[in-house]
Amino acid sequence: MPAQNPPVTDPPLRFLGVHKDFQRGKDRVAALNGLDLELAAGKITGLLGPDGAGKTTLLRLAAGLLRPSSGQVLIFGQDITQQSGEHAPAIGYMPQRFGLYEDLSVQENLDLYSKLQGLDPSQAQQRQRELLQLTALGPFGSRRAGALSGGMKQKLGLACALLRTPQLLLLDEPTVGVDPIARRELWNIILGLRQEGTTVLLSTAYFDEAERCDAIVLLHQGNILQQGRPDHFTTPLQGRTFQVQHPSLRRRFLQESLQQRPGVLDARIIAGGVRVLLAKDVQPPKEQEEIWITAPPAFADAFMDLFASVPASPPAEIAASADAADQIPVNTPSRNTAGTDETEIVIQVQDLCKRFGNFTAVQNSSFAIHKGEIFGLLGGNGAGKTTTFRMLCGLLPPSAGSLLVAGVDMRKASSQARARIGYVAQKFALYGNLSVDQNLRFFAAAYGLQGKLREQRLGKARQDFQLHEYGSVNADDLPLGVKQRLALACALLHNPDILFLDEATSGVDPLTRREFWQRINSLAAQGVTVLVTTHFMDEAEYCDQLVLMSLGAILAQGSPSDLRQLAKTPENLEPSMEEAFIHLIDAHERQIRRAS
Amino acid sequence: MNLRRLGGLVQKEFLQIRRDPSAIGIAFFLPLFLLFLFGYGVSLDAHRVPIAVVVDHPTPQTSAFVGELNQSQYFQPLTLPTIHAAQQAVMNRQADGILWLRADFSRQILQGNTASIGILLNGVDANNARIVSGYLQGAWQNWLEQRALGDAAPLIIPVNAKTRIWFNPAVRSRYYLVPGLIAVIMTLIGALLTALVVAREWERGTMEALMASPVTMLEILLGKLIPYFLMGFGGLLLSVALAVWVFGVPLVGSLWLLLFCSSLFLLVALGMGLLISSVARNQFVAGQIAIIVTFLPAFILSGFIFDIQSMPAPIRLLTHIVAARYYVSILQTLFLAGNIWPIILWNSLALFLMALLFLGITLKRSHKRLD
Repeated sequence: MPAQNPPVTDPPLRFLGVHKDFQRGKDRVAALNGLDLELAAGKITGLLGPDGAGKTTLLRLAAGLLRPSSGQVLIFGQDITQQSGEHAPAIGYMPQRFGLYEDLSVQENLDLYSKLQGLDPSQAQQRQRELLQLTALGPFGSRRAGALSGGMKQKLGLACALLRTPQLLLLDEPTVGVDPIARRELWNIILGLRQEGTTVLLSTAYFDEAERCDAIVLLHQGNILQQGRPDHFTTPLQGRTFQVQHPSLRRRFLQESLQQRPGVLDARIIAGGVRVLLAKDVQPPKEQEEIWITAPPAFADAFMDLFASVPASPPAEIAASADAADQIPVNTPSRNTAGTDETEIVIQVQDLCKRFGNFTAVQNSSFAIHKGEIFGLLGGNGAGKTTTFRMLCGLLPPSAGSLLVAGVDMRKASSQARARIGYVAQKFALYGNLSVDQNLRFFAAAYGLQGKLREQRLGKARQDFQLHEYGSVNADDLPLGVKQRLALACALLHNPDILFLDEATSGVDPLTRREFWQRINSLAAQGVTVLVTTHFMDEAEYCDQLVLMSLGAILAQGSPSDLRQLAKTPENLEPSMEEAFIHLIDAHERQIRRAS
Repeated sequence: MNLRRLGGLVQKEFLQIRRDPSAIGIAFFLPLFLLFLFGYGVSLDAHRVPIAVVVDHPTPQTSAFVGELNQSQYFQPLTLPTIHAAQQAVMNRQADGILWLRADFSRQILQGNTASIGILLNGVDANNARIVSGYLQGAWQNWLEQRALGDAAPLIIPVNAKTRIWFNPAVRSRYYLVPGLIAVIMTLIGALLTALVVAREWERGTMEALMASPVTMLEILLGKLIPYFLMGFGGLLLSVALAVWVFGVPLVGSLWLLLFCSSLFLLVALGMGLLISSVARNQFVAGQIAIIVTFLPAFILSGFIFDIQSMPAPIRLLTHIVAARYYVSILQTLFLAGNIWPIILWNSLALFLMALLFLGITLKRSHKRLD
């Protein structure tokens, strides 16, 4: 059922000088500052920007959930403040948390929203059938929404928003916290909708998603920094982006070295080496043995270029990344062998199993992690990553197998090993109503630090993580990036040998993620072993070793390039990490299904 | 207003209640637990009070008096040889009081003088002590009267009070506790449960999705009001049935009138619940507020357990804003005294006004917006 196209004259969504501010404590905080925006009909528009740029506010204003403080929001030429809910034109809106009733089954959720959208029963039945087919949720009709995987919830949320065949679809971070396979499926649905003439506005933290949009709106501090087609962002960067390789140096060290050179705006690890973005009119600061190849610019480069040149963003963030880089000892090529001690094994896992009743969450996992390595656990939702992680931290006893962490058997003396572990949980586990200083002091006390040593460590943490100016701010009121710094600072107070990071970058914007990885790199260079789980495949490239899990079993392990090699097919000679992930997991799950 | 949308919301609410163990707990098990606790367990009457009896000089007169106590359902006499032993028993909480018949008890009586008995009570539980003291005096007077009858000698008591207890002749506390408890149960379902389920919609982000659909705010409110009104009504019928058939509380007044007044109170409770949830958007805060401003007052300030007249003036004044006060008064009247119109009309009017007030404010405060 194609959406009826409205008259061409009125754009689906239009913002005219929209201001929106919120009361926060005693102050009024501006979320949007006189924003003007016009969406093109039948196109997909991506909304990007750092945390707190005003993405969610913009979407909620468009959905009519907020009223502008001043200015006008027009939907198909109609002022949103002047229409009652009854006669609102067909807008579909999926909030960040999908808006599903977890106690209700898939079918019951669809029935409820069909009624709420005012579909008559026969129409509803027809539409539901279409949507169940589209989302491949048909076989799960009677399953409760709460028991669905993250990706399936997302698809159900989308189906509920699509019931009335909206002409304008608003999606708030539809792919956050979803594994690459679910992300690909969701995008196929969105692209299908465009063919039917639906206008889509979505916010995202993924640059590759931005490139799939017809238009990109880049928000910063409540205003549009730049907008246009993706190539509008990338063309000006022609000739400024390079792929750099080095025959012997590890990519991580190469990246660190490049990051510090003058004229380099950004350096990040990608499949083929290190990607470098240079400032305008700068000659490549090439060094011996390095191979510089010109690469086509991507949206990620444009994003970094724009934000590297925006001085208005909190200066601490930029200073932080610079400082982090400064702390790294002067880079010498010898570090590719001496920097990490390849011989010392810090974590040794043999035939690890975990069963919950009849359900096997992890089966026969074996791997070894060396000192100073960054080790990544990858896998879709429910692959067993978190369970493995908890066993490694001593939070869950394994059902079978052996587990040596820092030379200690976790089954016997986990508390002894725990003193050498730092842990950053997904939600950061900070005390929201304690200040930054109080949080630091609490964790210092929890690790048993006292007297001079404590003051010294606290001082160092404040220094290293730029927390001085936030000392008396409550953790809840911190910007997400600072919160993440604080969480990391707390986890490192006792100088642990091993650092566990559980989805620590989920929901964090690209700038903060980049800064975060710089810190992790420098920690690893200092000999700290780092274990990460992540949904972001570009982050997997930062790891030295990877383990790919699916349905509780290890599918593949090795370096990022080993994993990419495994996914090589005649059609795709250079698969990206994301493609490799999808390929390997798809193949494994097909095999399992055939076997059962 | 669209009936299909409203129907969808009501149906959804019932599905959720059925699948959510905590809702069933609050709506059914907690009321049942409270009813059985107050019906069987809690009693404000003194029964089989252990009392130490010390008779210095046993005679036929003293054993007649002790025999009188033995037969009473209120006492459980424990005969001890000396006053010291009795004091020890009170200390050890084996006895709640001491009845001391001194050595000259029989002599005084035989001489025709007024004999005195010594009563010593443990005042830690003040309420109980007062009740036991009254009972003992009653038993003493009873005995005196019977003696006077037996001797055919005139008993001279200047004023003879004839006590008759109306409406609850057996003076069973259960008879007024169980009806009063209905007010607490309805508050539980109407205010606490409702506030929690609305706050949950905010917490889980489903309210945002609801608001982005064409549903109107009135439909959202009615979508909560109707299911929890029906739940509350179910709770009411269950409580009345248990009160009458299990606990034997008489229902003197009209059942229809009871149901009508209860509906009024239920609307007040729902109004409070919805109003709380429009202020508190997370379950923890909503639950705390609901307990402090609705549930506890319904327990303490409604006259359900504690007599309002004996409260200090400022607190007495405060009870006027507690809706449960009016309802408890209606409940106790309808169950025990009958259709006493002035009481029922005035209290119903108060409930009606409060329902209007709370539901009105809620409707006015609720916008289909997040800010």
